[in-house]
Amino acid sequence: MDILGFVANLVSDYTLRQVAIGSAALGIVNGVLGSFAVLRKQSLLGDGISHAALPGIALAFLLTGSKSSLALLLGAAAAGWIGTLLIIGIVRHTRVKYDSALGLVLSVFFGFGLVLLTYIQKMPVATQAGLDKFLFGQAATLLRKDVMTIGILGGIVLVFLVLFWKEFKLVSFDPDFAFSLGYPVRLLDILLTTLLVVSIVIGLQTVGVVLMSAMVVAPAAAARQWTDRLGVMVAVSGLFGALAGVGGALVSSQAARIPTGPTIVLCASAIVFLSLLLAPNRGLAWGWVREQVNRRQLQTDAVLGDLYVLAMQHREPGHGHTIEVLRTMAHGHGGVDRSLRVLKERGLVKESGAKEWSLTPRGMEEARRLSRQWRQTP
Amino acid sequence: MVTSRDQGVAKAGSGGPGATEPAIRVEDLTVAYGDRPVLWDVDMEVPPGVLMAVVGPNGAGKTTLIKAIMGLVPPVAGFVSIFGKPYLAQRSLVGYVPQRNSVDWDFPTSVLDVVMMGRYGVLGWLRRPGRAERNLAMESLEKVGMADLSGRQISQLSGGQQQRVFLARALVQDARVYLMDEPFQGVDATTERAIVTLLKEMRSEGKTVLVVHHDLQTVPEYFDWVTLLNVRCVASGPVGKAFIDRNLRLTYGGRVSYLTHHAPEETFANPEE
Repeated sequence: MDILGFVANLVSDYTLRQVAIGSAALGIVNGVLGSFAVLRKQSLLGDGISHAALPGIALAFLLTGSKSSLALLLGAAAAGWIGTLLIIGIVRHTRVKYDSALGLVLSVFFGFGLVLLTYIQKMPVATQAGLDKFLFGQAATLLRKDVMTIGILGGIVLVFLVLFWKEFKLVSFDPDFAFSLGYPVRLLDILLTTLLVVSIVIGLQTVGVVLMSAMVVAPAAAARQWTDRLGVMVAVSGLFGALAGVGGALVSSQAARIPTGPTIVLCASAIVFLSLLLAPNRGLAWGWVREQVNRRQLQTDAVLGDLYVLAMQHREPGHGHTIEVLRTMAHGHGGVDRSLRVLKERGLVKESGAKEWSLTPRGMEEARRLSRQWRQTP
Repeated sequence: MVTSRDQGVAKAGSGGPGATEPAIRVEDLTVAYGDRPVLWDVDMEVPPGVLMAVVGPNGAGKTTLIKAIMGLVPPVAGFVSIFGKPYLAQRSLVGYVPQRNSVDWDFPTSVLDVVMMGRYGVLGWLRRPGRAERNLAMESLEKVGMADLSGRQISQLSGGQQQRVFLARALVQDARVYLMDEPFQGVDATTERAIVTLLKEMRSEGKTVLVVHHDLQTVPEYFDWVTLLNVRCVASGPVGKAFIDRNLRLTYGGRVSYLTHHAPEETFANPEE
């Protein structure tokens, strides 16, 4: 399908629009909250919370018998929250470390959730169908009221974040100092984690518990590449989250039976990949370019230096030397031909008839300046 | 939240030596991690307007002492008062400089931003830092010689510059008592001199500074009071009285064949290295 048709569809098709708006909203909220999770080195907590939410969803259905999104979300949030508290409690009161505690809680809750889900599936009622969409997500099932729920809860999360921006920034950077200023660090910690739980929970129907953590981590990790300011990082992360959410949801809703979670994660991964590669300063591509430029500069300087040494040995400055001599002096570092070409363009060396190279008076001067400079750098 | 069972009751003005209240008074302070005591029954007083070093071997509880004074680690017993009142009531008078490596310097923020955090306590909830905070932050960056780096991303700072940012953040709090955890750790000579100058300036402004320190050699030069700590408080007082051979031996367990004001040029092994 061509892009224009796709966009036209987006405007005209009601269902598609719902899906797009819903996934954009959850993408923004998770991108924004994910930034704090990533900066606080709690990337994996998102994985724990989302997996832990599964039994909550199943229990909420068993208890209420309804598939209304609010009831299921409440169940998910409660279970996600309990999972988080368990992780924190295990770390605090036993010798089990954070990563192990997380792994334990995640697998136990998820396993329990799967058991409940299987049990529900075998129940002789018709209403149980479709609960398994919470595993891998199904954006196409987003209804208007689901989108409303996502929007309202997401909006509340963002309002809290704006209100306590200063405090969240402080406890994320230096909790001990925040404590010394009199801020209730534990309380802020719980508040921030609760907001993370809410933002994860509103994404579960669309993205699924299995891959939800990608929506928390990926946009934030990508955004960190592009900026050194927290505000910008959070905004860019929200934008990336929205892009990944909308992109993935639309792709999956075009073909029947493709779950949304994987397509969203693929979109998010593409954004991460491009960011790692292309972001200025931190991007690998730019790093490589900088390295090449530096290397070439050093090679050129070295060739100039070698010619200077040769000229010093010979008294007559115009005495030429073959390229082989220079290659030997360069110890196989390479780039001698290119360096000579560059130096010639800059008028620092000249080539005599017999393919012999020597410094021009300006080259002599430049070489002296460089050798002084090198001597000064420790 | 603060979990200080015993800090709540401080005996205000309970017969301390001298007429003025000590800036910091620590009584019977005991801290344990699990069943291992880290601080045992520590009593000490820091008179107002002095620079006091806290020295002791590794694991002596120096950092814990500072954290326990602030209630950052809950004490098993004992209490702390600041100018005669419990720490919690006086929190705004106390500035804190944590160890430099206690935070992630790759956090996406600028030097100025970090320094402005020192005003967050005064600002309180919901209010954002504005022009006034910015100006104060620039002033204290000026004092530590970092004004021209105010816009820099903090990951691009050297160790010494990071330390100075932390000091500027503490200065901007405009506290009366400062607790500093190893401010001289791993800084270059320029920064070390800058910090010493700053400390003396703070003293001349009447501030009280408690500094966890690791270089015995510089104690008499930089500080006027000293506490020798090794889980218990071995000695605490003016450098001339407390910083003596016998006390050092008690603190470091005889491993220090010692030194100081008798023969300052004599080199000796730093027990922490």
